[in-house]
Amino acid sequence: MVTEIEREVDRSHMQVSDEVAIQITGMNKWYGAFHVLKDINLTVNRGERIVVCGPSGSGKSTLIRCINRLEVHQEGSIVVDGTELSSDLKNIDKIRSEVGMCFQHFNLFPHLTILENCTLAPIWVRGIPKKEAEETAMHFLEKVKIPEQADKYPGQLSGGQQQRVAIARSLCMKPRIMLFDEPTSALDPEMISEVLDTMIELAEEGMTMIVVTHEMGFARKVANRVIFMDAGQIVEENEPEQFFTNPQSERTQLFLSQILGH
Amino acid sequence: MTTQSYVRTEMLGEKPPPSSQVGIVKWARENLFSSVPNIIMSILSIWAIYYILSGILPWIFQSSWNATSLHGCRDSIAATYGEGTEGACWSVIRERWQQLLFGFYPKELYWRPVAALILLFVAISPILFTAVPRKVMLFSMVYPFLGFWLLWGGSIWLPLSAIAGFAIGYAALIMLPKIIGNLGATIAAGLLPIIYWLFVSGPVISGLNGIAPIGIEGVDSDEMGGFMLSIIIGVSGIALSLPIGILLALGRQSPLFIVKTICVSFIEFIRGVPLITLLFVASVLLNYFLPPGTSFDLILRVIIMVTFFAAAYMAEVIRGGLAALPKGQYEAADALGLDYWKATRLIIMPQALKISIPNIVSNFIGLFKDTTLVSIIGLLDPMGLARAIPADQNWNGIVWEIYAFIAVLFWIFTFGMSRYSMYLERKLATGH
Repeated sequence: MVTEIEREVDRSHMQVSDEVAIQITGMNKWYGAFHVLKDINLTVNRGERIVVCGPSGSGKSTLIRCINRLEVHQEGSIVVDGTELSSDLKNIDKIRSEVGMCFQHFNLFPHLTILENCTLAPIWVRGIPKKEAEETAMHFLEKVKIPEQADKYPGQLSGGQQQRVAIARSLCMKPRIMLFDEPTSALDPEMISEVLDTMIELAEEGMTMIVVTHEMGFARKVANRVIFMDAGQIVEENEPEQFFTNPQSERTQLFLSQILGH
Repeated sequence: MTTQSYVRTEMLGEKPPPSSQVGIVKWARENLFSSVPNIIMSILSIWAIYYILSGILPWIFQSSWNATSLHGCRDSIAATYGEGTEGACWSVIRERWQQLLFGFYPKELYWRPVAALILLFVAISPILFTAVPRKVMLFSMVYPFLGFWLLWGGSIWLPLSAIAGFAIGYAALIMLPKIIGNLGATIAAGLLPIIYWLFVSGPVISGLNGIAPIGIEGVDSDEMGGFMLSIIIGVSGIALSLPIGILLALGRQSPLFIVKTICVSFIEFIRGVPLITLLFVASVLLNYFLPPGTSFDLILRVIIMVTFFAAAYMAEVIRGGLAALPKGQYEAADALGLDYWKATRLIIMPQALKISIPNIVSNFIGLFKDTTLVSIIGLLDPMGLARAIPADQNWNGIVWEIYAFIAVLFWIFTFGMSRYSMYLERKLATGH
């Protein structure tokens, strides 16, 4: 799970500010009787790039899916950009339009062209005129380096291209926070690096990002904090250098030795 | 050192394939005579087709077109093709085709149903084909009222007043949200038109009739019949059952308990009852439930029942389409901040409907053919007439010719629907 990242990461715009973007306090979640997330406390400042890792079933996907309420937590509070997530639909839709999300399986809309995928939410949620939305969409498609695919359908693109479209689609909403839920897990090795590259560029521009991934190369180079989860709780949290060279908990050491494989 | 080195110095030209590999010979070899069992099957099939056609074709073509009774037919066939020849008596179609198409609609007014049918095609064209200008859609919205007025006739103020009701609802939906909020506006948009139709529209219509009695000759529902009746019931049922079916399917998946319960009960009840029972309810029982003195047109009652029946099935077909969508599509729509109705309209429904096209059209075809059941409650649709015509002394004993004619009429329409559905599936295919 270590894709070599050859390029140098430009850190000049990667500044962590004091402003809090996401504040999770005492959050608990159950699936029926199964306690999936246990007492999660996490503060994410604006500009932070956080990588969440851990064995499968440890609750890392569930955690970031709680942040835009694709999953509902039962206890504790989640405050995103000063708005608390509650069952109030207005708050939820507001937060969702500020928080972009990329999924493991891309989840592009197969019945719409790439361009339509990117303009749909800006037009229908933000009320931006079609022409302007298309210009923005083309700008972001250029950024992820596939403007020439704009009129194709998702089914005609490779996995890596689809994931980059998914990133562009999220960016078209001009989100202040981006969530990535295992964005490279469904991709062939050669496509992983093109997606990681796009994500690094995003980080270089100072985007606040929470990334669930097993890509430790990415974590090492881009993250300013790595969070290790196991059995529904945060086990260890550290800056990448410390996390990889000097893991404290036994669980983390075991996980790292398995995933780094050497 | 290799001795295997080879370099082509001259490129080969193209040759035509051997004659056994082209044209009809190749096709027949591959598709009819590729193996011994295949040869036997082919010969048997060809013989079976010949056997059937050799029986039917002479019956169709050694026929009589000009007689005025079944006996006349038989005599004329015997005279032309020899004693003992069995032939079709198409004379009955020649004499009664207008009745089979229009029922007892006044002859001098036949142009009205014909115009209504032609305009129907205009009205559905923007819905069926994206190449048609979107502005035609405005006509499609007016068509139900125009079509009704052309068929039933009477005062122009009735359809106009019905339109006014919808206009009131639409205005409420646009203007009120600012004043009383979205939910209030939606409820108002539902209630205001009903209040208008029940209490205001009656006096308004009679008032306007007094001032400006504009209208065309009215035609009673009793006079309607034939294939026209099948089309009226079929088209109304199809047009209404799809939107109702969509709402029922969505309602069935709703997390709101009461909405869900109502939808599930409706679907399960209507689906669990034979259509013919519902039609009897429409024709007989409904009058007991309605306030005394209300006259509720029988055709309208039948349309309502047929629509309910079709909508219940439609809901289940669409639910299948909804279930086939990956959960990720809902999540992606949610994650982009689309609210429930926008996500449903833009993301979920287009895909669910696309998946369901073959089943939806199948249901439409079934519904269209099921309209022939109305003959049992005494409406004179083609099947009703097929039983009524032999009661005429002249045509006593005639059976096949009328049914064949009806079959061809229905087949033309249903085959059209089936072809359209295949065209739509091809057009909407975006995956690879």
